[in-house]
Amino acid sequence: MGLGFDIAHMLAGLMVLASLLLLYQDRLTALINVLRLHGLILALAVAWQAHIQSAPELFVSAAIALLVKALVIPGALDRIVERLGIHRSVETVGGIGLTMFAGMALVALSLRVMLPVTAGADPVSRQDIALALSVVLIGLLVMVTRRNALGQVAGFLSLENGIDLAAAGARGMPLVVELSVAFSVLIAFIVIGIFLFRIRERFDTVDLAALEAFRGERR
Amino acid sequence: MIGPSMIGSVAIEAVQMGFVLLAAPGLVGIVRAVKARLLRREGPPLIQPYRQLARLLGKEVVLAHNASWLFRTAPYLILALTWAAASVVPTFSTHIIFARLGDLIVITALLGAARFLLALAGLDIGTSFGGIGASREVMFASLAEPAMLMIVVTLAIAAGSTQLSSIAAFMLSPALGLRISLAFALIALGIVALAENGRIPFDNPATHLELTMVHEAMVLEYSGRHLAMIELAAALKLLLMISIIVCIFFPFGLGGMGAAGFLTGLASYAAKLGIAAVLLGIFEVSIAKMRIFRVPELLGAGLMLGLLATLLLYVSRSL
Repeated sequence: MGLGFDIAHMLAGLMVLASLLLLYQDRLTALINVLRLHGLILALAVAWQAHIQSAPELFVSAAIALLVKALVIPGALDRIVERLGIHRSVETVGGIGLTMFAGMALVALSLRVMLPVTAGADPVSRQDIALALSVVLIGLLVMVTRRNALGQVAGFLSLENGIDLAAAGARGMPLVVELSVAFSVLIAFIVIGIFLFRIRERFDTVDLAALEAFRGERR
Repeated sequence: MIGPSMIGSVAIEAVQMGFVLLAAPGLVGIVRAVKARLLRREGPPLIQPYRQLARLLGKEVVLAHNASWLFRTAPYLILALTWAAASVVPTFSTHIIFARLGDLIVITALLGAARFLLALAGLDIGTSFGGIGASREVMFASLAEPAMLMIVVTLAIAAGSTQLSSIAAFMLSPALGLRISLAFALIALGIVALAENGRIPFDNPATHLELTMVHEAMVLEYSGRHLAMIELAAALKLLLMISIIVCIFFPFGLGGMGAAGFLTGLASYAAKLGIAAVLLGIFEVSIAKMRIFRVPELLGAGLMLGLLATLLLYVSRSL
């Protein structure tokens, strides 16, 4: 163990930090910028895994991550925000302080769960998987705490980044799977994008509370 | 560790205590000069803070009628507590006689006591400014101290000690490598240091605008030699926080032996202080002061970074 482990650990840790930033941001444009950063760190982390595992196919995964998650999707989200004309704040359920502590608790939980389970494994993939689980859980938390549909999309995408990180740590997944996952994320993204515009057309807002009221769930 | 003799340690300690007291106003002068130059102003000369202190010491004290003994003694106690905290930090040598006491928790407690006295003195006269300043200061403190203790916990887990000289020795060891936790702890400590000193995102040390001032509001009633003590204590606190950061994260040149070792230690310490003052000046002109109600968010971010640093330690090399 040496520098190889340290850099892998640093990149995974930075990814957790970016996830927490995603939780912290209350403006849409800033949220999308953090998502871009998240994708960029993911690409770096996967590339580093490719280097230390000497697995050239992981470089392809890193390239896909860089292209799709750091460039295409955030760019498209920016376009959507511009088209919808919503540069205002994201409403969050509960205070930021409370959600931050929930996020920290999730990090602690995933370490508590993952470290004993993976006891015999290689330390590099152990820490990678533990931190990837916390990225996934924080992604879910982002989806739960955001009322705005775009915020939920950001949570979903960061969750997917976490899965990618875990896969890269666990000696990589087959390229076919990687490609199909990337493709399905893109499709999901397009579907969500179409839905966003439909919701907005129908309710004049992308605040999902309007949907709940429509279904009669609230008052 | 074989250090110099008892007398040697006392002598080094005396040099350090004298040096920090003399250097503190100069540090403030450098920060002000950098800020002035970046704003394309001429700015006061570097020795202006010294002149100001000398002048204040010569002036008579104007006391409010209802000022109690607390108001008159607090400035000296605050300076003494801050100076005591500065004397236990290994700044240019780990062989100071108080190095054994140089514990992060001790320093936090000493600074907390000084802050308590300052807040009491602010409330003592009964003016509205003193009250508002004291309440804000205590609010910041209640958020900054948990963050500070979280950083202490991180360092204690990583280095196995809360003693500054042991932490510095740990940081100098070649087995350290690259640690994300320590980077987070550094950022968090930077945030805490800015809050403790009332520097720009938290409080503007150069303003007397009623709505924004915190530290200045508390000391508004002080004059003459009392004000000199308070200002010197504030400058010393800035130097102290920089010294702690430098000692923990950049302990190069520390721990040398013999006269040559101490001289290199002193020179590198002075250079590090200068660099820190320039960086602080650049940082302060590049950002705006925060709204007071946003301060808890920034300090919360500091606390969160400390917590995350602690958590990440459990997945670092100990696996």
